[in-house]
Amino acid sequence: MTLDPGSAGLVPPERFTQDTLDWQPWLEPLAEDRLTEEHLDALVQRSRSKNPYFRLLARDPAVLRERTRTDNDIFYNTRRGLPRADRELAATAASRLNGCVYCASVHSAFASHHSKRREDVQRLLDEGVGAPLDPRWDALVGAVVALSATPPRFGTDEVDALVAAGLDELEVLDAIMAGSFFHWANRLMLSLGEPGV
Amino acid sequence: MSTQQGTTRPDPLALVGEDVVDTLLGITPGSALDAVRANRPEARAHAQGTFTALFAPADAAAMPLPERWAVAAFVAALHGPGPATDLYRRGLETVTGEGSDEGLVAAVRGAAADGAAPGPYGRYREPALAAESVPGPVLALAPEARAVLGARLAAALEHAHLLVLHPRDARREHLDALLSAGWDATGVVTLSQLVSFLTFQLRVVHGLAALAEHVDRRTGGAA
Repeated sequence: MTLDPGSAGLVPPERFTQDTLDWQPWLEPLAEDRLTEEHLDALVQRSRSKNPYFRLLARDPAVLRERTRTDNDIFYNTRRGLPRADRELAATAASRLNGCVYCASVHSAFASHHSKRREDVQRLLDEGVGAPLDPRWDALVGAVVALSATPPRFGTDEVDALVAAGLDELEVLDAIMAGSFFHWANRLMLSLGEPGV
Repeated sequence: MSTQQGTTRPDPLALVGEDVVDTLLGITPGSALDAVRANRPEARAHAQGTFTALFAPADAAAMPLPERWAVAAFVAALHGPGPATDLYRRGLETVTGEGSDEGLVAAVRGAAADGAAPGPYGRYREPALAAESVPGPVLALAPEARAVLGARLAAALEHAHLLVLHPRDARREHLDALLSAGWDATGVVTLSQLVSFLTFQLRVVHGLAALAEHVDRRTGGAA
């Protein structure tokens, strides 16, 4: 059986938000005091051992280890390439379209922090992926939306729009990686537990 | 690289090369797209590392290899035809030793044909988002398909359909269905990682194919 519902006393969020949300797993995470060096290596940052989501994923440490390192490079390696704000916007757009309120809360807050455009980010959350922001962000959101459809319909039109908005080829790669990564994250967060305020 | 002991079946990993994304896109060392990807060696190596951890695990006890390739072939097929979909189908044929019209391979293809729909859709849990809820099909496999797939794999494909196409419909009860079908908590994590990782990898392949076309145009096809 899955964990008892409501054991953490979470109240579901009303809508998409930039506020900090909690997240409760539906399956038992590994206990913090049972984590081995292999688990801690998979988490990369030791602070993640406090987090029930990562301790649940630590049940398959080999996959988590590789996933954490993929995640960190896609979002934090800004040696050349797309600025953090744009990567976080791509993550927010994918999460908004898929309907992952938890992922959207974390990454919209990061997008606001790095861009200093909190109101534009909020418009994306409130109105959805069709909300007009500015030409560069519209091209980014449009590209992520096309990539997010199943089957995906991202093509050279989207690449051309990104290039016209000022992105070089490495930045297009970064946008593809950031938008795609959130498909992975959204599905884990949506299906292994639930958010609450 | 296969962890299966005592089998003479060919290893499906032999289809993949050193980097599955490069193999699927035909990216060769020194090409223009190779040079773009080379700026992100960590992401490139660990995306491949995840693929290896899922499809050549040191310990496959939580989810045996034929189940991994069956779910992958199903997930890829839901994303439409293309080189990745061919690769995962061939991987399933290799790991099961079955031809394309036999047993598990045919049942997985039939399930993907039954489940095909444009995603994402689904119902929101959040009260203020109810107006944005979009109903859509829920995959319920026929008894004939279940008989071929078995209870575990049938439940896995139904769950994979949810994750790929309508993940915002996911509820606690869906995990209970997997647990009732014989999955344990660790197996559910591996299954969820496998499906979710593939929704990432298939988009990377799709996106980079479009970028490759753009690069080819710029370089006059000399990429």
